Amino acid sequence: MKQRDSIPVKLRSRQRQTSFSSVMLWIGLAFLYVPMLILVIYSFNASKLVTVWGGFSAKWYAELLHNQQILDAVGTSLAIAFNSACMSVILGTMAAFVMARFRHSWSKMTLSNMITAPLVMPDVIIGLSLLLLFVHMADFLGWPMERGMTTVWIAHSTFSSAYVAVVVSSRLREVDRSIEEAALDLGATPLQSFFLVTVPVIAPSLAAGWLLAFSLSLDDLVIASFTSGPGSTTLPMVVFSSVRLGVSPQINALATLIILSVSLVAFAAWFLARRSERKQKMMMEG
Amino acid sequence: MNKLTLKRPNGRVLTVGIPYLWLLLFFALPFLIVLKISLSSMAIAIPPYESILNFTDDVLQISLNLSNYLLLLEDSLYVQAYLHSLQIAFFSTLGCLLLGYPMAYAMAKAPPRKQTILLLLIMLPSWTSFLIRVYAWMGLLSDTGLINNFLLWLGVIDSPLRIMNTDIAVYIGIIYAYLPFMVLPLYANLVKLDRSLLEASADLGSRSLHTFWTITLPLSKGGIIAGSMLVFIPTVGEFVIPELLGGPNSLMIGKILWQEFFNNRDWPVASALAIVMLALLIIPISLFHRYQSRAMEADR
Repeated sequence: MKQRDSIPVKLRSRQRQTSFSSVMLWIGLAFLYVPMLILVIYSFNASKLVTVWGGFSAKWYAELLHNQQILDAVGTSLAIAFNSACMSVILGTMAAFVMARFRHSWSKMTLSNMITAPLVMPDVIIGLSLLLLFVHMADFLGWPMERGMTTVWIAHSTFSSAYVAVVVSSRLREVDRSIEEAALDLGATPLQSFFLVTVPVIAPSLAAGWLLAFSLSLDDLVIASFTSGPGSTTLPMVVFSSVRLGVSPQINALATLIILSVSLVAFAAWFLARRSERKQKMMMEG
Repeated sequence: MNKLTLKRPNGRVLTVGIPYLWLLLFFALPFLIVLKISLSSMAIAIPPYESILNFTDDVLQISLNLSNYLLLLEDSLYVQAYLHSLQIAFFSTLGCLLLGYPMAYAMAKAPPRKQTILLLLIMLPSWTSFLIRVYAWMGLLSDTGLINNFLLWLGVIDSPLRIMNTDIAVYIGIIYAYLPFMVLPLYANLVKLDRSLLEASADLGSRSLHTFWTITLPLSKGGIIAGSMLVFIPTVGEFVIPELLGGPNSLMIGKILWQEFFNNRDWPVASALAIVMLALLIIPISLFHRYQSRAMEADR
């Protein structure tokens, strides 16, 4: 950063500044993507030794598809992720609505404190505290008798709803409130005005929040390890126990499939968003 | 009046009430239980602790066992693990900031069309698996890994560098995994920066570095705090990265907590570890809250 100081001409120095930061941007992006790219390349490595290139092969993918343990875990993880994404969109949207629309009050303040805390709370603390809660509930209420998919679902819904609340509330703040007010003036109940006016407007952010919650749940290792039971081993738990022993070609193949599917969904979402934006612009102009 | 009070709970109350009760039950209450367990003593039983409340012969006995906390103070292993976690979290936050700030700055300056795609590129890695991204570095950093093989081939080094299972590997892993969480709030902040201020400063003869120090940097304080807290706080309790990249000597408190809980089945000590960690993090967490709730509420 020092060199910029020594260049006297204003225009030139400004140019240098942009180029420094954009060089850093490209370095940063390379830093983010090169390790993943190498993982993808090595998933096609025929050699079992991960560091030696032994020719192109897709055999690890075939082995992966016959690994029943991994397939079961994928099923479990997808089911938990789907359900907790739905629950956290409901909870997160309600919280976001309180945050963006309600007047300042004590209950709003404590709610906003509780909803943002899981964003930064270390996973081990959330996992441990929820496990102890479930143990106590089993003691006092007789439920849950056994930890399993339901307890993981509760845990994931709780921390994902924080992320949904952030995404949705930032959209809610941008929404033109006069339309909602017009609906209310014209005799709509608050519930009608919410579902008929607000929801269609914030739908993209609801979808984004749902996808985020889904991917957070699919990704979580620590909280699931604490709160799951014998019959509910999730995919990250299987991956972790295998990765702990060292690099494995099957996991490389799995990683490639994960990276590929996430990229496809992300770019599809981006493409759809861009198209609808253009359509909106054209309608506005035309 | 009577009619009003008999009315079924209105939407307003339900909208606050449902998420409120959920979070109270599944987020706030568990911390009290952790506090309770941290004051009980370990037992060979299921669940493996003794109740702190004992009701016999009409006498309610409450026995608070402080030995778990004393153990944390006496055994230098725990103290070192806390200090080491704070140190690793601090320097990796600094690393993320030094790399992430120029990235966010360049993104905010890019033409709007390019900004969306850049934003997508930054966010995309954080949507793929965290575990997989940490795992990717295992193959790169090990003694027979790609980086060492490449450097040996170039002839820069004669014997493989030992990176895997050291703190350097942990730093690389944390900066890699948490970089998007630093860049995003910084970008959100910098993109809202009023350009006319910068122009005014330039017109009045300020050099660009001076403008940066006196205008851009102070105005992006909120983004710096949010990004730093998003990296620092979870990193203090990080488990996966020190476990996979750090090797047996990298003591971090998240890893110790995991071992106490899963390997030693000592739930009371694990709970005490969590309570002390929370106490250490309370200031950064409230700092983050102040910023976050301000950002989440309507600007009025």
